[in-house]
Amino acid sequence: MKRDTRPGAEAVAVKGWLSANRWLLARRFTQLSILGLFMLGPWFGIWLVKGNLNASLTLDVLPLTDPYVLLQSLLAGHRPEMVAVSGALIVTAFYLLVGGRTYCAWVCPVNIVTDTAHWLRERLGITGAARLSSTTRYWILAASLLLALFTGALVWEFVNPVSMLHRGLIFGMGLAWLLVLGVFLLDLLVSRRAWCGHLCPVGAFYSLLGVRSLLRVRADQREQCDDCMDCFLVCPEPKVIRPALKGAGKGIGPVITSANCTNCGRCIDVCAKDVFRFGSRFGNRADKPGQTTHQSPGVEALR
Amino acid sequence: MTAAARKPSAAPASAARRRFIVDMARTGGGVALFSMGIGLYARQAASLPALALRPPGALDEPQFIGACVRCGLCVRDCPYDTLSLARLGDEVATGTPYFTARDVPCEMCEDIPCVKACPTGALDHELTDIDDARMGLAVLIDEENCLNFQGLRCDVCYRVCPSIDQAITLEMQHNPRSGKHALFIPTVHSDACTGCGKCEKACVLEEAAIKVLPTRLAKGELGHHYRWGWKEKQKAGGSLVTPDRQHRYNLPQGERYDYEGEGLIMDENSGQTPFASDPLDTLNRGVEGRR
Repeated sequence: MKRDTRPGAEAVAVKGWLSANRWLLARRFTQLSILGLFMLGPWFGIWLVKGNLNASLTLDVLPLTDPYVLLQSLLAGHRPEMVAVSGALIVTAFYLLVGGRTYCAWVCPVNIVTDTAHWLRERLGITGAARLSSTTRYWILAASLLLALFTGALVWEFVNPVSMLHRGLIFGMGLAWLLVLGVFLLDLLVSRRAWCGHLCPVGAFYSLLGVRSLLRVRADQREQCDDCMDCFLVCPEPKVIRPALKGAGKGIGPVITSANCTNCGRCIDVCAKDVFRFGSRFGNRADKPGQTTHQSPGVEALR
Repeated sequence: MTAAARKPSAAPASAARRRFIVDMARTGGGVALFSMGIGLYARQAASLPALALRPPGALDEPQFIGACVRCGLCVRDCPYDTLSLARLGDEVATGTPYFTARDVPCEMCEDIPCVKACPTGALDHELTDIDDARMGLAVLIDEENCLNFQGLRCDVCYRVCPSIDQAITLEMQHNPRSGKHALFIPTVHSDACTGCGKCEKACVLEEAAIKVLPTRLAKGELGHHYRWGWKEKQKAGGSLVTPDRQHRYNLPQGERYDYEGEGLIMDENSGQTPFASDPLDTLNRGVEGRR
């Protein structure tokens, strides 16, 4: 029983380590680069980017604002300056294209924390799980917006571990470490992918942005699937894969259309059969994508 | 559970529906409790301690807490490192900018870079003249220890004030301790004080005798129905209550009273004074016939 049965082992054997970790490496590189850009100022005095993920200014020209925070501010009754509004529009437009939760997998600093917790959880074989509905995040999202509306304050920002971690790294942590540690322990001990997959309203907000996004993971080679289950095991949102991967018989196309797919690309990495790839949401037909002459049965009959 | 057991005829669809409703209620209830908790926590955490001052142009605190997105761009553009972002555990709402005058006061930059940097307008972009900023109000809070109140000429708060002779003036008073010297009392004027805190920073005492406080703590407020009589009178050009009359003293004939003319005045030609040259005559006046 020496064989490594961890997910992705087969992909490493078939494709080589680098190619079986390509997207994971790209993702970590992106996450750390974005964080690095923010840290260049405080650490080395190179102010390419100022601010934090809530609102920032790049090269003194490009404003970026978190639309979720700005929405709360609007509900709290504040009419923001145009800078913040245009920053939010730019961010919104970007995630409308690439998929809202791409933010979670490629930008958010908490992802590194929760991925580490998940890795350790698997390593230690912790299986106990509290019953958490994955829709809880939408409830919390709604609650955070209502709280802003009724109190006139950005209440979620008092406890938001996402903005606190990022701001803390740049401006000083204070006791925010405790919150981050809390999220880590939650994901390690309480439930699998508890924070990002069940609770975080920031992710919930961005998932709503990405409902119609263009960039998608597609299971184009799904007939190659040998049911090894590795993709399900590594996926932070396992529910999103099934329809695309196993829906051929039900007439469901190969595009992962769920807004909760984070576009992390880990399924592409760990699949030894190269079932998955990044693509657009278009051409989501249940038949084999190789067939170019797709026509309805009626047209077929007329021939 | 028991209801389902009593009704075994319930279709699986209704059992699923029931489970769905129970799950919804559980999640919804949990989230409601949770948000009540953070709502209450936020109320506590949003209270601003008296010595934490907001940057120039900051909206009133309740609005500010809803407008500031905690990005720290004002902190970055402050050339004097006056501002810092509150960390979790600080007494100021997490992530919001503040400064402590005694540590680093506001240098009142003429171009107000912190306000320009604010993307949301939590620092009001209408503020273009730093002299119009109202970050707080300096209050000479400890008259017992202020050196000027003891008759010394410290004057440091007055000298460092960027709006010297407008925001702080020295008001001369008699020094009752020595009986012959003057006290120069540093006096803050709220119509000119921006609350920059340079006076508090510069105060030479161990603990500053002059402190910048939030305006709401530092200032009283007149009842809205209250009017200063003399101002109303001046505005109206005459008394609004009783008609103005020339005041007259009821004095014996030939006598007048005029303050500027040094009090009681005897008309020259009346010849008669109320006082005799011999005081005994005055005392005996009116009783001469009884002898």
